[in-house]
Amino acid sequence: MEHGTVPTHALHLDTNTGIDNRKIGIWLFLASEVMFFSALIGAYLLTRASAEKPHDIISGAIPLISLNTFILIGSSLTMALSLAFARRDNQTRMKIALLLTIVLGSTFLFFQANEYNNLFHEGLTMSGNPHIFGSMFYLLTGFHGLHVLAGVVWNLVVWLKALRGGFGPENHAGIEYAGLYWHFVDLVWIILFTIIYLL
Amino acid sequence: MHATHESHPGKYIAVFVGLALLTAIEVLMATGAGLAATPLILILIALAAVKAGMVALFFMHLRDDTKWFSLLFIYPLLLASLLIFWVVFPAP
Repeated sequence: MEHGTVPTHALHLDTNTGIDNRKIGIWLFLASEVMFFSALIGAYLLTRASAEKPHDIISGAIPLISLNTFILIGSSLTMALSLAFARRDNQTRMKIALLLTIVLGSTFLFFQANEYNNLFHEGLTMSGNPHIFGSMFYLLTGFHGLHVLAGVVWNLVVWLKALRGGFGPENHAGIEYAGLYWHFVDLVWIILFTIIYLL
Repeated sequence: MHATHESHPGKYIAVFVGLALLTAIEVLMATGAGLAATPLILILIALAAVKAGMVALFFMHLRDDTKWFSLLFIYPLLLASLLIFWVVFPAP
């Protein structure tokens, strides 16, 4: 091993069902997140039924947002790779993959903020529109952006622990659970990208 | 004990390439395919569903993990889909 041995207490499986309680907790949290984003998507679709989408403004955003989509999908790849490298006890690659995930997530947020600035100056605001499309657009993408921000912070904490040799072949739950959340955020974006920008 | 699953970097890279290709197809179709609105909407939604499924199955390991997690994930998804359908397409 590149680092010290994993503490014995870290390998303890806390369970009442045969499945790690922490993992059940993460999945229950993700199930609640499904309902949360579904409510927002439902409200957005309902809005679209009565309010016209400003196609000219949104279409102009597609190139940058498409790039952002590739970036977020790429960050899911690096997150998954970090877990694979932790299982193989390849500490160096694991840390690089985690760092790349943080960098890609931050890049996504930077481009999204840049795009918000462009859209705002083109007239897509939360008030003053002849329709409420702007409000729903910023609400939906803004909440997703907040989730990405939370994921970046979470991954940063995981990376700092990795730097101290906190993960290995028998102790990688921290990466796995942060990864589940991160992939879920990616999954939500895949849906939002299609619904908001392409349809 | 929950099911263990293998983590092959090659598999993850293949999934990423698949996701990137499907995204490129989506963007090309939406911006220049010239399809009629209804078929285009159906195809784009289908592509997004396939991509979301790939992320859930391979990156989130639902394919190899215990089926309880799949159930925990799919149940609210179905419930939410029904609610959205009900709200967007109310009964006359």
